[in-house]
Amino acid sequence: MEEGAAEGVTQEEEFEPLILAICCNWCSYTGADLAGTSRLQYPHNIRIIRVMCSGMVHPNLVIDALSKGADGVLMCGCHPGDCHYLEGNLKAEKRADALFLMLEDLGIEPERYRLEWVSASEGQRFAELMKDFTDTIKSLGPSPYKMY
Amino acid sequence: MSNDKVGAVLVVGGGISGMQSSLDLADAGFKVYLIDKLPSIGGVMSQLDKTFPTNDCAMCIMAPKLVGTGRHHNIEVISNTEIESIEGEAGNFNVNLVRRPRRINEEKCTGCGVCGAKCPVEAIDEYNWGLTRRGATFIRYPQSVPLKFMIDKEKCIGCGICQEECKAEAVEYDQEEQKFDLNVGSIVLSPGYSMFDPSLKTEYGYGRYKNVVSSMEFERFLSATGPFAGTVMRPSDGDIPEKVAFLQCVGSRDSQAGSEYCSSVCCMFAMKEAIIAQEHSEGLKSHIFFMDLRAFGKEFDDYYTRAQEEHKIKFTRCRVAEVREVPETNNLIIKYVEDGEVKEEEFNMVVLSTGFRPPENVKEFAETLGIDLNKYDFCSTGVFSPLETSREGVYVSGVFNGPKDIPDTVAQASGAAAKASSIISSERGKMITPKEYPPERDVLGEDPRIGVFICHCGINIGGVVNVPDVVEYAKTLPNVEHAEHNLYTCSEDTQKGIKEKIVEHNLNRVIVASCTPRTHEPLFRSTTKEGGLNPYLFEMANIRDQCSWVHMHDADNATKKAKDLVRMAVAKSRLLEPLYKLELNVFQSGLVIGGGLSGMTAALEMAKQGFEVHLVEREKELGGNLRNIYHVLSEKGEDPQKMLKEIIEKVKNDDKIKLHLETTVKSIEGFMGSFTTELSDDTKIEHGVVIVATGGQEYKPTEYLYREDSRVLTQMDLEGKLAKDEIKPNSVVMIQCVGSRIEERPYCSRICCADAIKNALKIKEKNPDAQIIVLYKDIRSYGFREDYYREAADKGVRFIRYDDENKPEVTKEGDDLVVSINDPILGEHIKIKPEYVVLSAATLPQPDNEELAKMLKIPLSKDKFFLEAHMKLRPVDFATEGVFLCGLAHSPKFIDESISQACGAVSRACTILSDEIMELEPTISEIIDENCDGCAYCIDPCPFNALTLIEYMRNGNVKKTVERNEAACKGCGVCMATCPKRGVMVKGFTLDQISAMIGAALEVV
Repeated sequence: MEEGAAEGVTQEEEFEPLILAICCNWCSYTGADLAGTSRLQYPHNIRIIRVMCSGMVHPNLVIDALSKGADGVLMCGCHPGDCHYLEGNLKAEKRADALFLMLEDLGIEPERYRLEWVSASEGQRFAELMKDFTDTIKSLGPSPYKMY
Repeated sequence: MSNDKVGAVLVVGGGISGMQSSLDLADAGFKVYLIDKLPSIGGVMSQLDKTFPTNDCAMCIMAPKLVGTGRHHNIEVISNTEIESIEGEAGNFNVNLVRRPRRINEEKCTGCGVCGAKCPVEAIDEYNWGLTRRGATFIRYPQSVPLKFMIDKEKCIGCGICQEECKAEAVEYDQEEQKFDLNVGSIVLSPGYSMFDPSLKTEYGYGRYKNVVSSMEFERFLSATGPFAGTVMRPSDGDIPEKVAFLQCVGSRDSQAGSEYCSSVCCMFAMKEAIIAQEHSEGLKSHIFFMDLRAFGKEFDDYYTRAQEEHKIKFTRCRVAEVREVPETNNLIIKYVEDGEVKEEEFNMVVLSTGFRPPENVKEFAETLGIDLNKYDFCSTGVFSPLETSREGVYVSGVFNGPKDIPDTVAQASGAAAKASSIISSERGKMITPKEYPPERDVLGEDPRIGVFICHCGINIGGVVNVPDVVEYAKTLPNVEHAEHNLYTCSEDTQKGIKEKIVEHNLNRVIVASCTPRTHEPLFRSTTKEGGLNPYLFEMANIRDQCSWVHMHDADNATKKAKDLVRMAVAKSRLLEPLYKLELNVFQSGLVIGGGLSGMTAALEMAKQGFEVHLVEREKELGGNLRNIYHVLSEKGEDPQKMLKEIIEKVKNDDKIKLHLETTVKSIEGFMGSFTTELSDDTKIEHGVVIVATGGQEYKPTEYLYREDSRVLTQMDLEGKLAKDEIKPNSVVMIQCVGSRIEERPYCSRICCADAIKNALKIKEKNPDAQIIVLYKDIRSYGFREDYYREAADKGVRFIRYDDENKPEVTKEGDDLVVSINDPILGEHIKIKPEYVVLSAATLPQPDNEELAKMLKIPLSKDKFFLEAHMKLRPVDFATEGVFLCGLAHSPKFIDESISQACGAVSRACTILSDEIMELEPTISEIIDENCDGCAYCIDPCPFNALTLIEYMRNGNVKKTVERNEAACKGCGVCMATCPKRGVMVKGFTLDQISAMIGAALEVV
């Protein structure tokens, strides 16, 4: 009985994760804008950081974010072939492999980092991704590095 | 030509063609007026979902050009406008125009969209081909340029809601039609095209059967911004179709429909739609019914192969006789003939590949402009003058002078820009008025003093986010000296206010929290500059697209998030530094490599633009492949050899062209603006741009007894012999695709079908009784060349198809040449004993392309032609800035196409050559020498070859470091993410700046 009651309490104070979405200027950020102009509703847990290319994001930045309490980091770039800088997105893809190894070392679940392609016309996809990733992070619970 | 020339150009039509012409002209120092009859530019490309052969997202690749056109200080976009009349002559035209009222004040409208959302009217949305509804107050598409709403008077019920809702007071119901004049030196026409009305082909049931749609409609089905948000659904019941049929040549190659020409793009278009549809909807099966599969462009045949092998799209060669609906299911039954058998097959949906027609009201348009049309009412041009209308000073590009795809259109658009500017090249820079700014305040050493301006955006933000609360919060953040809220931060009066606040509070950083930096950052940067600050001391937070619009029903969290975004912007802003545009010295001259038609055209055009140019040709004579061309397929009957002589004369007599015959390039050093080249005769040249026009060559076949028997010729051999009257054949068998479309050389050589038809007609002209048989895989006589295919067939030339399993064989029986082939129609093996066998041999890349590619650091395609920066939108540019491409060096093509590309390459080159000094965006990478240990990890990943490892002496020691070439670097930051030592940073997006934003996002408030 007591356990059940305790569960009820946690349900009321639902875990609201803090998630960073790093978006490239040319495709994904534009896709996020389109989600906005199309008034597509998605969870409020996402904070978008605009960069020029997914290929410019140093793995240390991602590790930094996750080890300082971000519950998840979603990196969004152009679909392969669409990259404004030819192949920055492919570089990001390669780095993702290395990132997962680093996350393992830190004891961070690999699901907390995700790389996705979002084009400028995929407002819908952007919104769905935000929902999906937020759900994933919610099911994982707070980051082990959460300071508070 | 008038002496008082005008340094301005009128571009008519704002599709991808008009935008490209405008951008080139504006970058080359000319004032551009871009008019469009619609309320926004973007043309048909804005309605496409994906583009072949790369399947790029159309909007992704077009948006930078769209926005660039809209905000270019030398381009004035004038929407809703058409030409009434033209007076004057080349160099100085006076154009009378008429502008339909928008009924919304463009100066005041902020594009916030409340009016459109509140409008109670439901009108047909033309952008989605009538598949969705829009308000009477509307915008064509979300990314529209200009981002200004319009009231459709026909549909407006006059309820007054939009006027009440518009906080910017932009609604002006009583606006009237406006007439005005423009004085320009030349005119570029790119009015585009209209689509064939498929309901005229009653046998296909379009308009009667709901599930029969046009290819443009289907494109909207595929689009994420389309009526079904990218889900392929049947219009009749919303079911997801399992089987879709594509019917080709609907209103093309069809004398009954009055359009006997081929629309050139539909084969690729249909394959693309089939592939994308299958990607969107797993298990969907596509079936394309076609006559000839015309995949003639660069790497298009690879796409065709992938469509068959990877995507398992079924192809059937036939013209479909009839489409019938099954009333119970709304399915469609297609009746067709295959292998001599009548077959029927049921589909859930049918897509009609509708052909291109001339633009609407083309006759009045041509009359107003005083230009000639061809027999199909497209603009009339010549083989050697593909960009020129019949009126001097009026040029043409895009589909208006013949059906074509986007890359050919873009190359032409640049070419037309070169033509339009060369006649007014003396006026370069004269109509451009640079904006004056106050002197910039030196803020170095000052602590950040940040001003935050938070926008209500009418009710777009303020209706959800508690803006005053965000303002109060902003005031508590470190270094924020001032914070305020505005009804519209982008309005004129707020702009003025921001400048005053900069002075009043001695601000040295400005933040606007409103909409997206993609559209508004340039405006606010300009305001910051007008306030006496470096424009890069500006930062934005997007609290509309990321807060109020996506969390509309959660005001608390939207407000909280807005505060977070402002805090993140403040954190980054504190670390911003003043940045200055880089200046690059430009040698205002060019190097053209290759003295064939493309190279000579490029050299002549560059000279006409007023720049010195070095033309390097390895042979003794100019002319390249054109020396072997004696006749062309053209109504105008141009004589190629006469044209060649004239062109060579012009090249030799132009004192701006320095000719280097029997010379090759030994080495090229340097980058955009300043190259140094050493030639084989040890001459050294300095130049700002390079145009690669090295051509191609005809394949010398090893098959079909070529070289073994003198009666086996290539088309080029035949053409020469016919022209010199050496032979007068009585019987000829032509074999197509010799050396092309085979396993080791999978590409189509594009020109051989029309060449075979051309030579067949020539033989028929000399000897009407000659027996000619053409053995082919697909006849690819695209565009207006289709006329000659029909003419040849009418004159008795027989076309017999073969496929890879049943290739023709050429043998000898005694002294006779024998060609054996299976006739698929008669279904029997036939033997022919012709007088001559003529091989349509492939067009090959130059064997030494690789050498030049290495020298210039430019890539080759898998077929060993040069590979452009982007197959769709940068057809004549290389990723390496300052180097351009044209002619056969790019891929096989016809004379007119080579000329268009050569002019296009010059136009692109002129954007660099137009000024002694070139300004570059400062947001590129910067080497932090004290951190760099010369590990060189960054060098290979750089996609632009912008980094080099160097050594220098420091304190008596050798110090390794990396040097960044500012002309090549584009600021992608791959180096920054690769560097283990913080040795390289992209200005405006440094590690510290991004890290500060992350840190601020993670702060818990």
